[in-house]
Amino acid sequence: MGPLSVNELISENTNLFLAFIIGIGFGFVLEQSGFSSSRKLAGVFYGYDTVVLKVFFTAAITAMLGLLFFSLFGWVDLNLVYINPTYLTSSIIGGIIMGVGFILGGYCPGTSFCGASIGKIDAFVFIGGLFLGVLIFGLGYNIWSGMYLAKFLGSPKISQTLGLSDGVFAFLLIIVALAMFRVAEWAEMKFPREEY
Amino acid sequence: METKKTKYLNPYVGGVLLGLVLLAANFVSGRGLGASGAIKSVVVTTFNTIAPSASEKSGFVKEFRQSHQGNPMKTWLVFEMTGVLVGGFLSGAFAGRLKLKVEHSPKITSKKRLLLALAGGALFGFGSQLGRGCTSGSALSGMAVLSLGGFITMMAIFGTAYAMAYFFRKNWI
Repeated sequence: MGPLSVNELISENTNLFLAFIIGIGFGFVLEQSGFSSSRKLAGVFYGYDTVVLKVFFTAAITAMLGLLFFSLFGWVDLNLVYINPTYLTSSIIGGIIMGVGFILGGYCPGTSFCGASIGKIDAFVFIGGLFLGVLIFGLGYNIWSGMYLAKFLGSPKISQTLGLSDGVFAFLLIIVALAMFRVAEWAEMKFPREEY
Repeated sequence: METKKTKYLNPYVGGVLLGLVLLAANFVSGRGLGASGAIKSVVVTTFNTIAPSASEKSGFVKEFRQSHQGNPMKTWLVFEMTGVLVGGFLSGAFAGRLKLKVEHSPKITSKKRLLLALAGGALFGFGSQLGRGCTSGSALSGMAVLSLGGFITMMAIFGTAYAMAYFFRKNWI
């Protein structure tokens, strides 16, 4: 059955319309969770507000389990679902650069749109920065394309790499997440701040 | 528009709801959520408009075209991110949080906050291209489909931000 658009059960235009609807859900949940506030987001790095960690890992686990169950029930063919490819060098260096951007700017791209949607001027400026960063990457593409394309490993699953079944890996990830949530709750008690 | 502010959603409830949105994206379209890809569409469109002949030769645009035929603005992520603006606005309106302001720690000026936001945005934009997606597209969506690269990017983003947090603490606390 699923994915609907890959199996051509819905047209391309319907797919784009549903992307818009999914985006509304995405933006609404981000804003309701407080992801429109850079000070709230940055709290995860100082322990006073760990909403990012809780929402992020709960979401990843919910979707991961959902996909595993959907696959089990035959509702979605996981072979047709896009798995992000792994380019070892660029995923590490890109992640490091994004990490610095996160602590400086307080937003990530998705949350900056969310902040801008309720009028945060710093979020608009962050989006301007995003545009600039992508532009610089595009203009100098030949300079860093070697690094961009280095160490391509295909699209492996982390479970395969670790020699575990998907289910066992998912179970271990849930245990790790629960441990992190416990630390997060402790940190919020230890470093209390007013709500931003 | 300033009415009584409502509190934020419980983060675990928010996480489950966000996970269901991500699950819906995978079920409907066979792909995860994203954000930086929409910016890429705008940059490619800008290239095509300002310098069409240079754009034809650009490795960056060629790479984009391999996965996106036709109008670069008619992509899944552009429609999704337009939805994000609408969804965020609706949520802010219901919660009484619509307000034009620069949010910053009382220890820094608005100007400093805006300069940091610009610098952070530029780094995030650049890094998201190198990392083939940002926190949404690479880390969150990648993790949901168990992508090795998704987990690596997630650890690199959060690990670096934690490692640097001490040096930038005055901007936030």
